[in-house]
Amino acid sequence: MNSNPIPTADAVSKLIQELNKLPGIGPKSAQRLAYHLLRAPEEQSKLLADAVLSVKQKTRLCSVCFNITEADPCLICRSQQRDQTKICIVEQPQDILALEHTRIYNGLYHVLHGAISPTEGIGTEDIRIKELMERLKDGSVTEVILATNPTLEGEQTAMYLNKLISPLGIKVTRLARGLPFGTELEYADDVTLTRAIEGRQEF
Amino acid sequence: MSKPRTYQTEAIIIKKTKLGEADRILTLYTPHLGKIQAVAKGVRRPRSKMSGHLELLTHSLISLARGRNLDIVTGSQTINSFLPLKSDLELASYALYATELVNQFAADDVEDYPVFQLLLETLHRLSQGGDNELVLRYFELHLLDKVGYRPQLEQCVSCHSILKDATNSFCPSAGGMLCPTCSQSQPLTYPLSAEAQKVLRSLQNNDYDTASKLKINPELAHQLEMVMRNYLRYLLEREVKSAAWLDTLREQTGQAAFSQTAPP
Repeated sequence: MNSNPIPTADAVSKLIQELNKLPGIGPKSAQRLAYHLLRAPEEQSKLLADAVLSVKQKTRLCSVCFNITEADPCLICRSQQRDQTKICIVEQPQDILALEHTRIYNGLYHVLHGAISPTEGIGTEDIRIKELMERLKDGSVTEVILATNPTLEGEQTAMYLNKLISPLGIKVTRLARGLPFGTELEYADDVTLTRAIEGRQEF
Repeated sequence: MSKPRTYQTEAIIIKKTKLGEADRILTLYTPHLGKIQAVAKGVRRPRSKMSGHLELLTHSLISLARGRNLDIVTGSQTINSFLPLKSDLELASYALYATELVNQFAADDVEDYPVFQLLLETLHRLSQGGDNELVLRYFELHLLDKVGYRPQLEQCVSCHSILKDATNSFCPSAGGMLCPTCSQSQPLTYPLSAEAQKVLRSLQNNDYDTASKLKINPELAHQLEMVMRNYLRYLLEREVKSAAWLDTLREQTGQAAFSQTAPP
């Protein structure tokens, strides 16, 4: 295999190798990106390199909500403008971005970093449930919004959390499950339609 | 003759793993193709027309196109979504346990219609309610039967004498029961009461309608669960992951029940 010398500079092939490790980047895409960076102004490469490094060096998990943050506690946890009585539970940090984009929710968050998945062997110890229960202890939170994904794993996690939290006298709500905007009714599945009919609202 | 480029099959979705940005690899258990894997593209986007029909524990009619490596799901329509399983934590966990066992025991692309039938019936039974432990024990014994690991419960696997109506031992490595004399020379055996043996035999030899009339107290149920778990662990040479979750769940609900009955 390695009998032919690689017809490109070591530095370039190393870059290709590293880019190739990124999700969704195959060998051809990696090559294209590498040659693009080679031709691009040095300034741009520096910015990219700095960004890649600082994402590892400057970020950590917020000790309160476990979102990814530069300052601990994170900006949301620290903000006095936010409603301290509500916590929204999500599976991953990206979910917070999606929810924040709506600008409709003004409470706090808690990132579980996963969902319960019995067949994958992911149990309650593997996601941040203990930390959540710790947060709920002082009684300042009056509502917990379960915003785990509407997949079987997400549902299981939500049902499990409901079992743990509702005995504490805290109101537990679940994001509504119904028809997504921009889809067609005829393609909807039974579970979604059943829940959409059950959860219908008066106009 | 070459195979057609597209085909359609019924399937129960027994496993899913993420692939790329919005895709999933699904493990499907089908009536006539056995266990197959297929790529479902775009199903992690909210607007996917297929995602709801391709969730775990769903019985669907699925169209597939032959791919270079894995086949690609081109369409799907739910036959039974088993809604009760999806809205109950325990039932979903029991059902996932059943699918994990099928996934572990089934080889790829080997047709086994009786196993499909058994899994489908088990999902129905779980969603109808009843003694779920009994449903699972029946499922385990009959699954082992169909995949060739039927445990010998009638006679001693070593000396072939008919077992007496007393406590005998189950030996996973021998694949069946041992009489008290023979079990002394075997290190890893699990004693089973005469009653437990009777229940196992009845589950093994009868159809579900007859077997479901059995009444089992919690202690006996636990004994049966443990002996089956040990045998399954021996055969698979690994833990059944969802069994650990069933334990956690029972521990928690046991605690909850306790704290509710305890005086404030």
